[in-house]
Order: sequence, then C-alpha cells, then structure tokens
Amino acid sequence: MRFIPYLFAGMMFGFVMVKSEAASWYRIMEMFYFQSFHMFGIMGSAIATGLAGVFLLKRFGSKSALDGSTIEIPSKEPGRWNYILGGLIFGLGWGIIGLCPGPIFALVGMGSIGALAALAGALHGTWLYGVLKSKLPH
Amino acid sequence: MDSLTAWLHAPWPWYVAGPLIGLMVPLMLWIGNRSFGISSNLRHMCAMTQPKAIGVDFFQYNWREHNWSLVFAIGTVLGGFFAGIVFANPNPIDLSVAALTMFSYWDVPIGGGYLPPVLFDFNWLSILVMFLGGVLVGFGTRYASGCTSGHAITGLSTLQTQSLLAVMGIFAGGLIASHFITPHLFSIFW
Repeated sequence: MRFIPYLFAGMMFGFVMVKSEAASWYRIMEMFYFQSFHMFGIMGSAIATGLAGVFLLKRFGSKSALDGSTIEIPSKEPGRWNYILGGLIFGLGWGIIGLCPGPIFALVGMGSIGALAALAGALHGTWLYGVLKSKLPH
Repeated sequence: MDSLTAWLHAPWPWYVAGPLIGLMVPLMLWIGNRSFGISSNLRHMCAMTQPKAIGVDFFQYNWREHNWSLVFAIGTVLGGFFAGIVFANPNPIDLSVAALTMFSYWDVPIGGGYLPPVLFDFNWLSILVMFLGGVLVGFGTRYASGCTSGHAITGLSTLQTQSLLAVMGIFAGGLIASHFITPHLFSIFW
C-alpha cells in the first residue's frame, strides 16, 4: 500500500506528458526547429516550479510523508564525459523517434506499437551500456 | 461538469502542463525522499530479467529496493492510457504554421498527433527505426545517468552542473538528428 502514492504520481506524470503533447513526435520536431514556444514554455515553467518547490521544502524543513525522513536533495555523481556523451547519444535518438523515456512509457499506455518498439530498443540500449560501461570514458 | 470533461479532453497549454511537471520534483521528495526521474526503470527492468549465467555488474543489485520507481513507471503507462485513450483529444494537434509547412514539405501526415502514422503503424521498417532510435535513447540515458526528467527537470531545478552538461549534450544531439537525419529518413524510406 505504501506504493500507492507513487502509482498516482506516475499517473499524473503520464497524463501530463500526453496532455501537454510533450509525448508528441511533432512537438519535439517543432521544438528542435524553434518553430513554437510551446515546449520551451513547458521546460522553462517546469524548472521554475521545481526550483520554487524545492526551495520551499528546504525553507520549511519538511519531512517526507511516508517515512518522516528529512528531505535531502541527492547530488548527481561526479563526472564529465558520461554526461556530455550520454546526453548527446540520447539526444540523437530523441531527435529521430521524438520520444524520451517518459513519453515512451506514456505512449505504450496508448497502445502504440511504435512506442513498444522504442521501449524494446531502449531496454537493449540500456543493456548494451551495462556491458560496455567499463570501456567508456566517464 | 461539461466544462471539466472538455478540459480533460483538450490538450493543455504550456503554462498548465509545465508547472505540473515541475511539481513532480518536490512531490516525489515530499512523498518519500525520492528523486523524480523515469529512465532508471530501464536499468531496473534489465536487472529484473538478467539471466543469472551472464552476470553483468551494472545489473547486479537488488532491484526490489526500487519497486517504488517501477510502480511510478506503471502509473506513467496508466496515465498515458487515460490521457490518450479515455480522454483523447478529438481535434488535430495545434502545431505552429511553420511546423505544419515543414511536415507537409517532409511529406509527413499529421495523423493522431503523437507519432506519424508511418512510425505508429505496424510495419517492419518503422519498427526497426523506432527500435534503433530506442537503443540510442536507452544507451544514452544510462550513460548520462538520466533523461529529460532526471536531468532537465530534477537536475536543473536542484542546480546541478552535471545535469547542465547532460542537457547541453541532449539538445545538441537532438538538433543534429532532427536536422540532418530525420528529414532524410522520411525522404528515403517513405
């Protein structure tokens, strides 16, 4: 039962991905060609809201609802090339299939065969990274 | 009631959708001190199905500790179902004139507004394109330890420099692919 809040949070995320059309291949192409403010507005207002929300949580020293632990912001691991090259490779895929991982899951829920193929590919890509990890610059 | 259903069926403007997405960051922290992100589930799904005989180190961990994250992903699938099937948008996607002109030049019909029919339909060529694109997405997100949600949203709204590097890489990759690969895909294959 302690997983129910995560189920609802995930549902909210998937719902917004589709309703915002961030899960649309067309919107992603439109963004990469700078033809509309839509996606930039989404990203900008999302980051602003996230910043404000995290600031307020810290300001009021909130505890987490499920286990009462003090809220901590986990830091990303140190590294340089893994972030740049990994981002670049992910971006190359995103610029073709127009779906990043959130929308892949959301479109699977819409019964999209294309998204299912992308999910299968993403799992294979993840596996490939796991195998090659030690040979890659990080 | 009618206006609520109409609102659920209609696409949401950026100033409604963006803040709701941004809210995921404090929401996940508040629920259980979790960092908002979705792509790590791809790793958990690999760890879950890894055959014992080929033990790849990267997938040797107790994925059950990340059950909450897998439940979040199941929720995302359900959310997509509700938003895209139950409360489907009856109207065509409201793209900019510039984008519509470009897509007609690319010879890509607008279809349902999520994936072009050629990519959405069941044919082996489109499945191959979506699969190979998916391989890049899966490889890249794990290499970078995150995707748009974990880096662009969570990472930037918690002011992490590594996420800024990742976001610059992501956007550069997306520009290269969308300008130099994707248009040719359509002109060669379709």
